[in-house]
Amino acid sequence: MIRYLVQSALPSVLDVEPESFQFIYNELLNVHAEIIPFDASNTTHTLGLAVYVGAINTVSISKMLLFGSIVLIATMYALYRTNPSFNARVHAELMIKWILMLLSMISVITTFGILLSVLFESIRFFGQVSIFDFLFGTQWSPQTAIREDQVGSSGAFGAVPVFGGTLLIALVAMAVAIPFGLFSAIFLSEYAKSSTKDILKPILEILAGIPTVVYGYFAALVIGPFIRELGDNLGWQLTSESALAVGLVMGVMIIPFVSSISSDVISAVPMSLREGSYGCGATKSETIRNVVLPAALPGIIAGVLLAVSRAIGETMIVVMAAGLAANLTFNPLEPVTTVTAQIVTLLVGDQEFDSAKTLAAFALGLVLFVVTLLLNIYALHVVRKYREQYE
Amino acid sequence: MSRDLKTLVSQGLKSRYRNERIMRSLGVTALLFASGFLLLILSIIFSQGYRAFTQTYIEIPIELSTADIEDISSINFQNKIRDGLRELFPELQARAELADLFRLASRGASIDLERDISSETPPGTINFIALASSDVDMVNKGYFVDSESPRGRLSEQQYEYFQSLTDRNLISRQINTNLFLKGDSSYPEMAGVMGAIMGSVFVLGITLFLSFPIGAATAIYLEEFAPKNRFTDFIEVNINNLAAVPSVIFGLLGLAMFINFFGFPRSAPIVGGFVLTLMTLPIVIIASRAAITSVPPSIKEAALGLGASKLKMVVDHVIPLALPGMLTGTIIGMARALGESAPLLMIGMVAFITEIPQTIFSPSTTLPIQIFLWADSPDRGFSERTSAAIIILLVFLILMNLIAVILRKKFEKKW
Repeated sequence: MIRYLVQSALPSVLDVEPESFQFIYNELLNVHAEIIPFDASNTTHTLGLAVYVGAINTVSISKMLLFGSIVLIATMYALYRTNPSFNARVHAELMIKWILMLLSMISVITTFGILLSVLFESIRFFGQVSIFDFLFGTQWSPQTAIREDQVGSSGAFGAVPVFGGTLLIALVAMAVAIPFGLFSAIFLSEYAKSSTKDILKPILEILAGIPTVVYGYFAALVIGPFIRELGDNLGWQLTSESALAVGLVMGVMIIPFVSSISSDVISAVPMSLREGSYGCGATKSETIRNVVLPAALPGIIAGVLLAVSRAIGETMIVVMAAGLAANLTFNPLEPVTTVTAQIVTLLVGDQEFDSAKTLAAFALGLVLFVVTLLLNIYALHVVRKYREQYE
Repeated sequence: MSRDLKTLVSQGLKSRYRNERIMRSLGVTALLFASGFLLLILSIIFSQGYRAFTQTYIEIPIELSTADIEDISSINFQNKIRDGLRELFPELQARAELADLFRLASRGASIDLERDISSETPPGTINFIALASSDVDMVNKGYFVDSESPRGRLSEQQYEYFQSLTDRNLISRQINTNLFLKGDSSYPEMAGVMGAIMGSVFVLGITLFLSFPIGAATAIYLEEFAPKNRFTDFIEVNINNLAAVPSVIFGLLGLAMFINFFGFPRSAPIVGGFVLTLMTLPIVIIASRAAITSVPPSIKEAALGLGASKLKMVVDHVIPLALPGMLTGTIIGMARALGESAPLLMIGMVAFITEIPQTIFSPSTTLPIQIFLWADSPDRGFSERTSAAIIILLVFLILMNLIAVILRKKFEKKW
């Protein structure tokens, strides 16, 4: 704006070629900012500066006029609308209601944002690699060549070994988490006195609150090497990155989760069912086995499904303690890799955004998102239905 | 007949009581396993980490002439440290021996010396407490006492110098201020968590600033204003599902949307804050809704009955009564966000950054990511610091949860 004013006014006081205007303008800027000392004998300085200062003043005055008139119009509109029959409160509240609704849309937008961003990149990936090769191929080596002529550069994107590894680790984790979680829940909600509960519950809560990076460090540093040494003593050649070590630590991490959901579900079983069973002469454990657990089963299964979805989505433990080589095996003593570990290794560090290697991470992310979403929707639906049944 | 039944029942009683005991002991075992594991984790982390809170220093005499003081900028501090070390071992002459000797002091020592000397320092000899190198630190902390070679990574000569210094009482252990005040470094003895803590503060600040208002607004809308229809049901299901989406997926969202689409800088706390906001939002919303539902309807109806509008009722009665619950939920959400690292890996916050970040746009890491980075290093000095960083992180988490518990206890009302 200022530049435009100066450009139109300057030729009337100074002879300037249009080409040299930029140079003079910069000089004026510098003189005005006192970067270049003012030279009274230089006509460019004296006359030009006057034009420049005039332009600044014009702009600031017109700015003031503009804002002044906006304020004036707004005030007049407000005065015009302010009359006894106008109910301002209704309008203001409607507006606030709209703002609240817009803010509550953010979580919906997030879901769609996730879906769209993962989907778009995945579609680009499936343009380069066939979707069948991805879902059913058994070779996973995502290292594509940096140079065209590199050996072994093709890159294979058959994700079956990755899915297999994820399942294996989740299986080991659930084998730890389900029994331990379920039995702690049974003990806490059926046997424990409230004073014992007050001590034991926080322990599980602390276990749930430990950051996953700490579990990962622990798995990589203690459990992995421990299992390797155990194998050495038994005469087996094991690595410290075995699925067993990772699954074990992940299982411990999920114990509080299984326990708290099962606890909720078990305490939701009506007391009358238990009392009926006691009345028939059943012991506590018989009541639990034959009455409480069957009644709570749908809820417990839903809780387990939620736990499975956490296990396959868990990232830090596998990144830090699991291997990176994609092995298609169901032996928990061998190292395997998982979907999340692959996503992280493919995306961390510098990357170009159109290589199949980077895009593969989004395809894996899509699979992960869809699978966990289905598990969650189903499990939450069951939990909800189950609650309504006993209410 | 009834006698038969009685014997039948009493015959079965033994095994039934045994089953009872088995069931009970299974529960106890499960809980013992869980608490044993917790204890194991905490004790290993603590036993590895506590030594990182002290650091080994060497007392070195530094000679300062009047000329030095007059022109501080011309002093070669590295040489001053070296001269001091040479003075402690005047018998050493060979180049190789001296090079070995100089390696006892950390590279950070000269930087510390530069900071300590000003134009007001009186000329003469000062006893400067110089930072020792990590190898000396490890030996001094006794990591190798029981192993075959007690000198760790020090050479034979260096170990001799070290022992001679110990005999002369020049080796000391002091509180490790570097750990708390410095950023990351490639030398363990100079590496600290301050940069990561500042990164975490920025990220959490943004998360708090965004997720509390948005979460509270959503909860208020859903509980007080939203009509009960299909669409509201959809929002609700959506929020519950979002709470269970794996965190790494939020990282993919951040990478694709904020960095590639909107062009935010990589590694910046602002993107981390956005991503963690979206991640903690469901937690905040669910907790806030629970807090709002616990406000008894009688209070709301009383307000409405006195002629308050719905908004007035919410602002003057529901929000003040639900606020402690909302804040508790938010703090728990923040604690989750503080420990989270997977989504931040995706948006490039995993980088070697030595400077302490100054703005929400400067590249930085966070505390969990610093742990992740250090955990990778085979260096003993770093593994000690990894555990120390975990201890610091856990202390922060415990503090946050404590605040949440106190808040809940203090404002909890039974209606």
